[in-house]
Amino acid sequence: MTSAAEIAANVANGNSTANDELERSLEAIRARNDELNVFLYVDEQGARRQAAAVDEKVRRGENPGVLAGVPIAIKDNLCQRGIPTTCSSKILEGWRPPYSATVIERLLAAGAVPVGKTNLDEFAMGSSTENSAFGPTKNPLDPTRVPGGSSGGSAASVASDMTSVALGSDTGGSIRQPAALCGVIGVKPTYGLVSRYGLIAFASSLDQIGPFAKNVTDAAIVLEVIAGYDEMDSTSLHEPAPSLAAHVNDGVAGKRIGLVRDLVDGADNEVVEAVERAAQVLRDAGATIVEMSIPEFRLGLSAYYILAPAEASSNLARYDGVRYGLRVDADDVTAMNEATRTAGFGDEVKRRIMLGTYALSAGYFDAYYGQALKVRTLMIDAFARAYRDVDLLLGATTPSVAFKLGSKVSDPMAMYLSDIFTIPTNLSGEAAVSVPFGTGEAGLPTAVQLLGPARSEARLFAAARVLEIAEGHS
Amino acid sequence: MTLPGDWEMVVGLEVHTELKTTTKMFCGCANHFGSEPNTNVCPVCLGLPGSLPVLNERAVELAMAIGMALHCTIAPSTFHRKNYFYPDMPKDFQISQYDLPINKGGYLDLPDGSRVTIERAHLEEDTGKSTHLGGSGRIHGADRSLVDYNRSGVPLVEIVSGPDIRSASQARAYASELRGILIATGASDGRMEEGSMRIDANVSVRKSGEPFGTRCEIKNLNSLRSLVRSIEFEARRQIELIEEGGVVRQETRHWDENLGETSTMRTKEEAEDYRYFREPDLVDLAPDDAWQQRVRDQLPPMPAERRATLSSRLIASNEAQLDAVEVVIDLHLEPYVHAAIDAGVEPALALARAANELAAGIENLDRMTTNGYCSTLLMEQSGELSATQAKTVLSELLAHGGDPKEIAATLGFERLSSESLAGTVAALIEQFPDEWMRYREGDEKLAQFFIGQVMKATKGQANGKSVIEQLQARR
Repeated sequence: MTSAAEIAANVANGNSTANDELERSLEAIRARNDELNVFLYVDEQGARRQAAAVDEKVRRGENPGVLAGVPIAIKDNLCQRGIPTTCSSKILEGWRPPYSATVIERLLAAGAVPVGKTNLDEFAMGSSTENSAFGPTKNPLDPTRVPGGSSGGSAASVASDMTSVALGSDTGGSIRQPAALCGVIGVKPTYGLVSRYGLIAFASSLDQIGPFAKNVTDAAIVLEVIAGYDEMDSTSLHEPAPSLAAHVNDGVAGKRIGLVRDLVDGADNEVVEAVERAAQVLRDAGATIVEMSIPEFRLGLSAYYILAPAEASSNLARYDGVRYGLRVDADDVTAMNEATRTAGFGDEVKRRIMLGTYALSAGYFDAYYGQALKVRTLMIDAFARAYRDVDLLLGATTPSVAFKLGSKVSDPMAMYLSDIFTIPTNLSGEAAVSVPFGTGEAGLPTAVQLLGPARSEARLFAAARVLEIAEGHS
Repeated sequence: MTLPGDWEMVVGLEVHTELKTTTKMFCGCANHFGSEPNTNVCPVCLGLPGSLPVLNERAVELAMAIGMALHCTIAPSTFHRKNYFYPDMPKDFQISQYDLPINKGGYLDLPDGSRVTIERAHLEEDTGKSTHLGGSGRIHGADRSLVDYNRSGVPLVEIVSGPDIRSASQARAYASELRGILIATGASDGRMEEGSMRIDANVSVRKSGEPFGTRCEIKNLNSLRSLVRSIEFEARRQIELIEEGGVVRQETRHWDENLGETSTMRTKEEAEDYRYFREPDLVDLAPDDAWQQRVRDQLPPMPAERRATLSSRLIASNEAQLDAVEVVIDLHLEPYVHAAIDAGVEPALALARAANELAAGIENLDRMTTNGYCSTLLMEQSGELSATQAKTVLSELLAHGGDPKEIAATLGFERLSSESLAGTVAALIEQFPDEWMRYREGDEKLAQFFIGQVMKATKGQANGKSVIEQLQARR
């Protein structure tokens, strides 16, 4: 598969066209989408229009953008004007947003070609993409297994070469965990680096949009395009997009990297071995590896499963049948709200709405939500202490390789534990990258996670690049 | 109204005012009353999936201006979500300030000298507007409900008073004074009939000196008259209930303007659990000193200060004059009054003509120069124009502009010569011998009778003072 950087270069210099690249992508989608259920909607018409516009720019000698003609997959919780946007929920079936997310506008301006909307766990709640109202996505590397979640469709699109890059969203690991299970790069940027305008909220204080890619450079290019201040998002950082792609080969010489026990303990042996081997590779590249423990990380999962559902219970209140999406008629408005939400939401979404509603209720607020906020503060402090000593942290992304479809659907706790290593970064609002590293059971990819403080993406990419070179990437 | 026995009412008011911003609180939609339904809407104020709020700076400035006018502390503040389902609220939560409001701890001094404390004045967003058709006409039981989201996301400030108000008339004075302040700061147009100022009243009763009783909250009062009537009704209802051995339940009550009664909306047990939590889509609001100072520098004088300035030049003693002062303050007419007094017009006349004639022609006030106002009143004062003529000249100035002397000439308002007036008076004395006799015997009321007759005979051209001089000369 050609990388996004190569596609853009070829399109810009006339060795290829955006149209040809799009046809290649559509062909790959046609070949496997029925089997894998990666895309919920393929926007052939819109993609062709955008590809033609890019080719026209090239013909006219204008700058077609750094992602000229690069087909890209979009997680279906990002609004794109006129394109069905479902969050994999029946409650939004048929809704077409009248506006596009800021990231979509920026991709279009950079010449990228969004080809369609990818499957996810309903409202991004899940770790296997099995909680989709439109059926699970299957892991392209082994279709009897899950691709991870919630951005399973986007990870699978890149893993199956339907597109070289994709966008996902990460609230508790929803980019990094499926990236790990599908053997691709997944980036959870610093909170506020990428505008959330147009990202359908799950848990607003944790959600962040980020890229999937086959290699570090592509991830860096896409992140540069979508990052930077947006006046439509009050929580977006007041600074321009950082320079990332130019620094991917900066290496790790002289860097101190903390190998965090708490981000490894409990993982399968093959995952632990991958992390230890990655530590050795980084050491060989000139980094100092410091073994450390951050026990607060163990509190992350419990705090997360209070905070995220609490915000979700409020964010998802608007799906009431009044204005858009599904409406199930009933005698009066309250009964209509109930009937609509009962029919429109799946079990996991209902479970989290109930958890969150309970956690925010009078009499329980302090014991649950208030306590979880304190844990979040502890987490932020723990990270800050660690980053006073080291430049980056290293650990596992997720405890195992891709698991079998259906193996955890009836056990929510087992499913939630998939995110135990990724959640701390969402709570602190900092950055992390999952890098495929090594193979485990049945030849499936294992992955390691690199974590850094806010705005450390360039440093993270440089370290990730050291690992991918060690894995044989050019 | 007085309450029976030694009962007293304890009232606190929550006044919601829509801020007069160009755009809504969290998006760029027009903040405009009276547009076609659902035309001032966008993804943000419709709460479409994926949309995010961005705080309107002007709304913050107006909120600060209100706080400053009410002597509040401007404090670092945050936004919360107030969660409940209602079809006219597109996100099914309202963004509001909760435990950390932008304005804390102020007061409002009323014209009668009493002081009402202000607990807080915080920012929040308005909801859309529902219209329920057919059936009961309320949300449950209507045949159809229509929602207009033009008002959704309009910025509001809620001003919460302490439980310091002790009578319906004090409540009225508070609301009225507050309205004047809101207009003065430019925060609101104060139009209660358009819903840009709405009041909730917390009412309880107690025997004086005893601890506060259980309160009931009357929702959504949209006129000063409703405020006064509902509070009086509610206080009496509670007193009767207690005197009959009952207990007041804490509840929210609805005011029915036609019935003149409050009735239960929901009891405390039925009250919603709003599950407040910090709005994660907004950042903290902490206006720095420089921003606060800019707002403070632009703050115009408040009604109390203007009233004091005006009153210091008057000897306003009777009820009518006090009312006239309020009209002049309300309509910002005091530049005319001050100019006239400076020009030598008697303060009472300068006030009366502004409160009546200028107020009546307020929509054309831009045609009225202070010079025109002053010369007309000086002409009246010197007897060159009668009161009726002066009023006509003022309304002519308001209608078409121009020069008072020319207008008087055009209208044929010649000064009545004293010979001519003497002749008229003499003729009337002959025509009304009985009245003249009674006047001569000391019945001063008859002076008014003769003035009236002279005015009739001269078509209002005579000056009342000159008539009295003539009458007295012949007594």
